[in-house]
Amino acid sequence: MTTPARALRRRLVRAVKRVLLYAAALGFTLFAVFPFYWMFLTAFKQNRDLYVGATNLSHVPWIFNAPPTTEHVALLFRNTPYVTWVGNTLLVGLVVVAVTVLLSVPAGYSLARLTGRWGERLGIAIFLTYLVPPTLLFIPFARVIAILGLQNSTWALLLVYPTFTVPFCTWLLMGFFRAIPRDIEEQAMIDGYSRWQVIRKIVFPLATSGVLTAAMFAFTLVLQEFVYALTFISAVGRMTVSLGVPVALVRGDVFYWGSLMAAALITSVPIAIVYNAFIDRFLAGLTAGAVKG
Amino acid sequence: MTPSAPPARRPAAFRRATLADRGDVIGRLMIAPALAYVILLVAVPFALAIVLSFSSAIAGEISFNLVGFRNFARVLPDPLFQRALINTVVFTVVSEIIVIALAIAAANVLDAAFVGRRFVRFLLLLPWAVPVSLAAMAWTWIFDSTFSVINWTLKVLGLMSGWLYWLGDPTLAMAAIITVHVWRMFPFSTVIILAGMSAIPPDVREAAIVDGAGFWRRLFHVQLPLLLPVVTVSVLFGVVFTSTDLGVVWLLTRGGPYNSTHVLSSLAFQRGILGADLGQGAAIALFLLPALVIAAVAMLRLARRAEVGA
Repeated sequence: MTTPARALRRRLVRAVKRVLLYAAALGFTLFAVFPFYWMFLTAFKQNRDLYVGATNLSHVPWIFNAPPTTEHVALLFRNTPYVTWVGNTLLVGLVVVAVTVLLSVPAGYSLARLTGRWGERLGIAIFLTYLVPPTLLFIPFARVIAILGLQNSTWALLLVYPTFTVPFCTWLLMGFFRAIPRDIEEQAMIDGYSRWQVIRKIVFPLATSGVLTAAMFAFTLVLQEFVYALTFISAVGRMTVSLGVPVALVRGDVFYWGSLMAAALITSVPIAIVYNAFIDRFLAGLTAGAVKG
Repeated sequence: MTPSAPPARRPAAFRRATLADRGDVIGRLMIAPALAYVILLVAVPFALAIVLSFSSAIAGEISFNLVGFRNFARVLPDPLFQRALINTVVFTVVSEIIVIALAIAAANVLDAAFVGRRFVRFLLLLPWAVPVSLAAMAWTWIFDSTFSVINWTLKVLGLMSGWLYWLGDPTLAMAAIITVHVWRMFPFSTVIILAGMSAIPPDVREAAIVDGAGFWRRLFHVQLPLLLPVVTVSVLFGVVFTSTDLGVVWLLTRGGPYNSTHVLSSLAFQRGILGADLGQGAAIALFLLPALVIAAVAMLRLARRAEVGA
């Protein structure tokens, strides 16, 4: 008689746990997603639906009360420098990625294989430079940029952005190169390849996916950068997206909230998708050096 | 290797060793460009930051004089600086405590098997992936004094009688800034802790269950001690990213209202870049250094311990 009752209670407890689990997952997700939902609503609401004071309790701001409109998106692309900013960002991103790959692929391999014990310390030192934040360096850089006469120039960003991409990507690539079995390289050398040929013909081809990951992350780091751009660039036509959207989409004191949120949404979604695709490798690189095993 | 396979190349023993065989030389050549760049553009500016903090440098003039501790003597008694220093500590500590609590909970949720888990993880990661300046603008709009959806919702639910001027009231503005920091950092910590969790062998958990340990006992006596290294890593990164952040504070409040939400980085920006007083700006920014040094040392010790343990 007690057995069915106990089984029933156990099933009940399990069901409650299940509901709590989904409720918790839902709660965390809503907190994370809420600003993006808000960007979406704002970007497509008509102004008469958008600019209704929050004191008006009969007007529900969480939904479209009037049909959605694309006028803010159209305004963003036609009447604001958004497209120019996207172009600037892509240009800076591509150049910085190229510089980063050229510098950090050889450095990563060297630290992984060729420099021994001394190289390990150097690797950690390079990683620690990633922790030196822009907010500590922007003042000396302001001086350096002034001496070089690069104020308000894209060159300033091209010069400075690798300071955070190179250390990080070197560290990330070091991890990828370590994961390639030594035996392959040793076997090739026994077969008569020189060390340099091994690197060129065997290691680099094997590391392609690692290099791609590093390049993607260098690119997203550039897209996300705000502090240096704010410090060095004041001409609206030379801004990047992450600077121009928050700083220059204003007329006087009035923000174009619809277009602004459209820009935020349109810029964020591709970055978020790329980031998610590569996040596991990113975390492996980030934590592997600090916590082994 | 099958015996019949012909040798691809002449064996190395019969070929003269050249420069291309010298691993040590190649190694140095390969690391040199990156090292030179990092020394020139991180180490030298870093040293320059320290030199500038002892100087009377002004933006727009190349030459400057060393003035000893004058910048620090001017900065330290400044109530605005003291406020910024306290704010930096408060924002970082409070938001990191909330982040870790949320992240451990969220990682436990994501560790359980349920339908749509991967999709939930994708959505949870959005705040970390989005450029901080764009996210800060979305929050600025959410906290808008006239159109805040938070106020509307609180009003409708009957939880609020007056009106909350989120970015116009010092306490609320601090709460708003902490909210954005938490929102941004908790996905990052969640994923790191989740990775650490999946590294714990399942039999550890099963053994604890067999031994009769309940949920809370398992959490505090089994899981958290094992997770300590990953939690530490996520806290260290969190502290570095939060304490040095400029974007969130700058875009939400510009240090206002009445200069009540300035942090070291925003004050350094205001004095050093907008106010053109590079010396004072550098002196203010330098106060970020202790936190960074502690974080760096802690990471190194962790790395060494992990190495010894491995």
